[in-house]
Amino acid sequence: MASISMTVNGRTVSGEAEDRTLLVEFLRSNLALTGTHVGCDTSQCGACVVHVDGKAVKSCTMLAAQASGSSVTTIEGLANGDVLHPVQKAFHENHGLQCGFCTPGMIMAAVDMIERHGGDLDEATVRSELEGNICRCTGYHNIVKSILAAAAEIGGARQAAE
Amino acid sequence: MYATNYHRASSLSEAEQMLAAAEEGKLLSGGQTLIPTMKQRLAAPTDVVDLRHVAELKGISVSGGVVKIGAGTTHAEVAGSADIQSACPALAGLASHIGDPHVRHMGTIGGSIANNDPAADYPSAMLALNATIHTNKREIAADDFFVGMFETALGDDEIVTAVSFEAPDSAAYQKFPNPASRYAMAGVFVAKKGGTVRVGVTGAGSDGVYRASDMEQALSGSFSPDALDGVSVDPGGMLSDIHGTAEYRAHLVKVMAKRAVAAA
Ligand SMILES: Cc1cc2nc3c(=O)[nH]c(=O)nc-3n(C[C@H](O)[C@H](O)[C@H](O)COP(=O)(O)OP(=O)(O)OC[C@H]3O[C@@H](n4cnc5c(N)ncnc54)[C@H](O)[C@@H]3O)c2cc1C
Ligand code: FES
Ligand code: FES
Repeated sequence: MASISMTVNGRTVSGEAEDRTLLVEFLRSNLALTGTHVGCDTSQCGACVVHVDGKAVKSCTMLAAQASGSSVTTIEGLANGDVLHPVQKAFHENHGLQCGFCTPGMIMAAVDMIERHGGDLDEATVRSELEGNICRCTGYHNIVKSILAAAAEIGGARQAAE
Repeated sequence: MYATNYHRASSLSEAEQMLAAAEEGKLLSGGQTLIPTMKQRLAAPTDVVDLRHVAELKGISVSGGVVKIGAGTTHAEVAGSADIQSACPALAGLASHIGDPHVRHMGTIGGSIANNDPAADYPSAMLALNATIHTNKREIAADDFFVGMFETALGDDEIVTAVSFEAPDSAAYQKFPNPASRYAMAGVFVAKKGGTVRVGVTGAGSDGVYRASDMEQALSGSFSPDALDGVSVDPGGMLSDIHGTAEYRAHLVKVMAKRAVAAA
């Protein structure tokens, strides 16, 4: 058994889990943070994407023990109370989801993507950056639209702040 | 996944000790190959030794034209490194097209070459760049390191610590990705240094990554795509699977090689 402690969405958490426990299982079962999904068994779909120490990773492809000591952000950590994160808001406004299963991973991937590229995102970049996130419903069109809208808003807000 | 014991090494010597003490231990770097394999129960190490906190395995340096990349350097770090982008942009480009952003945040160059997947990208670059693979025990020329499919010259207790190579005069990598997995169906890395041209081919050969010596000869005479017109790729040595026949891959190798020369 591993003693695991980490910061999740700003809160220090700790727990015991078998060494083979995946980070996604730890989040969902030990911490009851079920917003992070599992959509495949092959590390390909991206439904499980969370941020570990500020970087998007597949939480189904990392042991919880590997993340011990790290700072983790999940979909539950994005909104500020009732105020949605700009990327969440953009998905809402642009109909960026249908069944919603892929959405937590899509949004975590999008936040990471916008952080790395800033306002410079174009459609081709968004599409190639979504390589690791699979959606069964939307055909991606409105996901791309949502991410571009959020990037423009976040980029604009950054410029205004400077 | 079968049960396993997790160990976190904080130095190379600690990693060696942890591996030696394990019944059937495995090194865990980015985990982007090992963990999916363990989930599928295709690997069942009794112990995993996490290398992500070993400082000796990190970092990129370029000095006197020699590029050295620590084994624990992630694909994202290689892709984003200003030093690699100026010393060998082809390698930065290769790294930027491995898998997806999440895989690139975790996966490492050491893990990729130690695994030597027949469709992995880095091994072709290591061969074409005439790289040296550094381990905790010795230095191995890339030519001797990649032995066959998923097979390397590494001993059971050997840890890749870094790779190094002389920056080429020009180089390029062209990959025809499998439309679903994005692994190479054929990937060709071409590097020119002085009068010498080396060509590494991945994704296609039935015995894993290899050097295309007839292409190297043709290109040493004239470094242009046309120089490859007279070279034929034998389907006899190619992989054949649901993704493509041996003939298809043989054709792809030549097309990718020509594109790489044109881009170099
Ligand atoms: C969805 C997906 C898509 C991918 N697409 C591509 C792709 O397009 N191209 C590509 O090339 N790869 C691809 N990969 C594989 C990826 O590049 C892996 O990161 C890489 O193959 C292994 O590196 P790692 O650091 O994750 O190694 P790990 O998974 O940690 O280890 C892999 C193997 O190497 C051994 N090992 C690790 N480090 C060392 C060391 N320092 N010394 C000795 N042995 C060591 C381990 O014991 C294990 O056997 C993909 C992976 C996924 C999940
Ligand atoms: S659940 Fe993690 S990639 Fe599919
Ligand atoms: S909205 Fe259903 S999988 Fe993406």
